[in-house]
Amino acid sequence: MSEVLIQMEGIEKRFPGVLALDECHFELRTGEVHALVGENGAGKSTLMKIIGGIYSKDAGHLYIEGQDVEVENPRMAQELGVSIVHQELNLMPHLTVAQNIFIGREPREKIPFMMDDKTANKEATRLFEKLNLELAPETKIANLTIAKQQMVEIAKALSFNAKILIMDEPTAALTDAEIEDLFTIIRQLRENGVGIIHISHRLEELKLIADRVSVMRDGRMIDTLLTEEASIDKIISLMVGRTIYESEPEIPENPSEEIVLEVRNLNRGKVLRNVSFDLKKGEIVGFAGLMGAGRTEVARAIFGADSFTSGEIHIKGKKVQIKTPKDAVAHGIGYLSEDRKRYGLTLGMDIVENTAMASMKKFLNKYIWVDFKKTTVKTKQIVESLKIKTPKITQKVKFLSGGNQQKVVIGKWLTADTDILIFDEPTRGIDVGAKSEIYKLLNDLVERGKSIIMISSELPEILRMSHRVVVMCEGRVTGVLSAKEMTQEKIMKFATMRNDVKH
Amino acid sequence: MKNETLSTTTLFRSDAMQRIMAFSALIVLVIGFSIASPYFRTFDNFVGILLATSVNGVLALGATFVIITAGIDLSVGTVMTFAAVMTGVFITNLGLPIPVGVVGGVLAGSFAGFSNGVMISRMKIPPFIATLGMLYITKGLSLIISGLKPIYFNDTPLFREMAMGSLLGNIFPGFDVPNAVLILFGAALLAHIILSRTILGRYTFALGSNEEATRLSGVNVIAWKTAVYTLAGFFSGVGGVLIAARLNSAQPALGAGYELDAIAAVVIGGTSLSGGEGSISGTIIGAFIISTLTNGLRILSVPQEWQIVITGGIVIAAVFLDILRRRR
Repeated sequence: MSEVLIQMEGIEKRFPGVLALDECHFELRTGEVHALVGENGAGKSTLMKIIGGIYSKDAGHLYIEGQDVEVENPRMAQELGVSIVHQELNLMPHLTVAQNIFIGREPREKIPFMMDDKTANKEATRLFEKLNLELAPETKIANLTIAKQQMVEIAKALSFNAKILIMDEPTAALTDAEIEDLFTIIRQLRENGVGIIHISHRLEELKLIADRVSVMRDGRMIDTLLTEEASIDKIISLMVGRTIYESEPEIPENPSEEIVLEVRNLNRGKVLRNVSFDLKKGEIVGFAGLMGAGRTEVARAIFGADSFTSGEIHIKGKKVQIKTPKDAVAHGIGYLSEDRKRYGLTLGMDIVENTAMASMKKFLNKYIWVDFKKTTVKTKQIVESLKIKTPKITQKVKFLSGGNQQKVVIGKWLTADTDILIFDEPTRGIDVGAKSEIYKLLNDLVERGKSIIMISSELPEILRMSHRVVVMCEGRVTGVLSAKEMTQEKIMKFATMRNDVKH
Repeated sequence: MKNETLSTTTLFRSDAMQRIMAFSALIVLVIGFSIASPYFRTFDNFVGILLATSVNGVLALGATFVIITAGIDLSVGTVMTFAAVMTGVFITNLGLPIPVGVVGGVLAGSFAGFSNGVMISRMKIPPFIATLGMLYITKGLSLIISGLKPIYFNDTPLFREMAMGSLLGNIFPGFDVPNAVLILFGAALLAHIILSRTILGRYTFALGSNEEATRLSGVNVIAWKTAVYTLAGFFSGVGGVLIAARLNSAQPALGAGYELDAIAAVVIGGTSLSGGEGSISGTIIGAFIISTLTNGLRILSVPQEWQIVITGGIVIAAVFLDILRRRR
């Protein structure tokens, strides 16, 4: 019979000015996969960090295997049999795979303080065999792809022989095949009686793997349902607290035939191989493919952030030289990075400063003085038209939610008045409610005559938004589909159309 | 073939490359100066270079650990002075036996390092500020304790013998390499073993690579970071005893500027100020590059002011090469 592993009662957690967790209840049993869902900021990670000993609770009780415990630090959590795969990758890039897995509990030699790396490597190899992973223990983490790093993270968590495994969005960076591998491992663990908490934004996954699903909203535990009995619509409505109308893809016909951007035979080593495509005025072209297919690399090459060895870029029929992002902006191209916190925003500065960033010249008086009246007026316009939720326009960007941050980045490029916008994963890390707003915004932009390249790893998003989709695999364009032709199956077929013989 | 191209670029980008480049630079310097001046290529001059490296080298060992954690220690020079003065107090003023004085001096340095560690890891004071404060504190304390005057070791000639005598010279007549050099290499070996083989070394890299991840892995980050700064203090203490023995006196006004030489040696040796990378062998090579350069330029009668300018240029060139190496 299954036993209760974790019992949480009336958990409360306060951060300055916010009640992050309010009277939360939660239960995990042996041999159960318990999914935890909710919009960003709902409190899922905070709740898990209390189990993991990263935060301390302000009120309530946490029982682990029936014992009322106060988990004081991550080490104590490990000792209680709790292992966490964190949302952000938590690896030491300069250390090897095995060193990362055994950090904090390195196999020792008989001499005090001396480590035994040979044993660590051997044990890591054994672990990978057990989990059916292809990883070399002596590789430095920095040399691995994100997906592989994620696998290391998971292998590390599993190496503790944990009774309770918490996975905070483990599949966000994985391909379908890798997700399937992960699920196989999860099922195996479940049979061994491990209790698993699975946090995910991919609701369609839940049916495949979860026994029960708990929904959180605004720091409260809303409900726990058996997965069999819960429809995705029901879960979404619990998450957002209102029923949202999931519209069928409504792609407005694109009347224009004017080509604004033409890319011809872009090449760079193995990363970009003869990439050609074009973009029409008022069109959204989706870029689909697996991680590492080269989509971001195409975007960065067009934007002048990376160089390319051969190929041509034409804008509105004229051949242009783009060597730096400055050239790209001058030719009316804007790039919205997938990692907006790192490449899209200066988090410590306010909305006004961020929106004016890419077009400072427009706001200068006598060449050097910034005209703050002008920037303020423009920012107010942007905040209103994009419906950015903020108490004031001088709010520091780091205090905005993910969706609103994304809007600030969009506002930045609107201010710069670029005609071609490249969106790299525009809705990554943005919750369901804010996603549809971003979609609406993209549609508004193309109606106003802008052209958009949208890189996305979420096929539903591609299908819903794109006039055409360009599919890439291993640096090549493997297929271009029109809105009428595109289906998930076709896109996946092109996305996995590998050329190289694999050994 | 694919693998071959991969491995050459990997080698070029590996941190070993920086050490190889630094070592080649050192060889080029030695050969260049040897051709330029017959005085440079004498045994006595090489011994002079080794001796001149000993104190800076030992200080740089500790700085290497700190810099690998992405920290900085500005107090290594004055902590060295503080340790030297304390050694003088123990041996000359209090008349304690030499070994007690030596251990006392090293402990004094370690304690200053430990205080740095507590300020940085527990009180969360940024390393730059905490160790800047410690720079002033130890500088002031050295002056106060010594009464602004050097403390001499004239009654205990064995103390000077410890650094300036030659164990090797006794075993191999004519090969009169002072013990200070042996102490440098001994300390370097110890540092190398700690860095590459022990838990402390592993956590030094881990802290510099991703401190939060290290903490979340259940490592007691506060304790290990304190240990790293204590170790830096320990090496400053060794440096203090060494310089006191070399000069046969504890000079309370000495020490400022030594921290910068130590940091320069570490950086030239390929340790990244952003943390996570570095090696003891690189640091030792870096320390030798600085002293070889100083020595060679002096022999070629380049004014001292210019020696300083050139050292600055070398530091910048070394870091720039490192940046080129990392660039894709």
